[in-house]
Amino acid sequence: MTFRKYLVLVGVAVFGSVGDSLLSRGMKDIGTISLTHLQSLVVALANGWVLGGIVLLIGFFAAYMTALSWADLTYVLPATSIGYVIIALIAKFVLHEQVTTARWIGILLITSGVGFVAGGPALTPLPDDSASDPRKEHEPELASLRGHS
Amino acid sequence: MKHAYTWAAILLMVTASVTGDVLLSKAMKQVGDVGDLWKSHGIFRVIGSVLRHPLFALGIAAMAIAFFALLFGLSWGDVSLIAPASASLTFVGNMIAAKLFLQERVDRRRCIAVGFVACGVVLLAF
Repeated sequence: MTFRKYLVLVGVAVFGSVGDSLLSRGMKDIGTISLTHLQSLVVALANGWVLGGIVLLIGFFAAYMTALSWADLTYVLPATSIGYVIIALIAKFVLHEQVTTARWIGILLITSGVGFVAGGPALTPLPDDSASDPRKEHEPELASLRGHS
Repeated sequence: MKHAYTWAAILLMVTASVTGDVLLSKAMKQVGDVGDLWKSHGIFRVIGSVLRHPLFALGIAAMAIAFFALLFGLSWGDVSLIAPASASLTFVGNMIAAKLFLQERVDRRRCIAVGFVACGVVLLAF
């Protein structure tokens, strides 16, 4: 794991959690949207908070896809769940919401889980038979792609 | 009956979300390390090869189903039940699916991590 790869994981956690928080802040301005008035969703797109949230969530998706290209799914998901902690801290210190004892215990558990998985390898060795290796299945296509450079 | 609809929406959301995550993970493993490909071929070719991958399109479709299942679930049940239940079940479901379909080595360390995170997410609802 290089420093750049850790930065990508941080990007997944930060872009996802801050993006969700911005969407939440924007949708409080818009109010409740009923299934019979879906056109209100278009109005929501003109809200600066919602737009900012969408931009960050696009960044989240790009970082998530990048992380999945070199790390296991069972590594990326727990490692980036620190985003739940970021949301709780934003709720406490920026939005001044009440964070209960149960939530702090939850934050502690999530942080412990992240610590557990982050100490292990990002990509586990695949079984010996290369036929079941997804990276080998498309080797001819990737070789031709590399040949274009 | 409303309770049954809520849990049906949660199960549909978890199933679709796990399917989407597995398909996207498989697609990205087949595309290769994005950082290396970016250096050798440029960002536009990387984006093109990701967007053209059939598993990527299927993964996005599964994620869209999960999103709409979440919307319907929220119209029937409380967000304090649906959000933590679906998030923690998705963590556990992803661990099982990654072992079965992606042949990932889910060792004790990862099992403990997923268990801690799933329990922690549930506690965040209180």
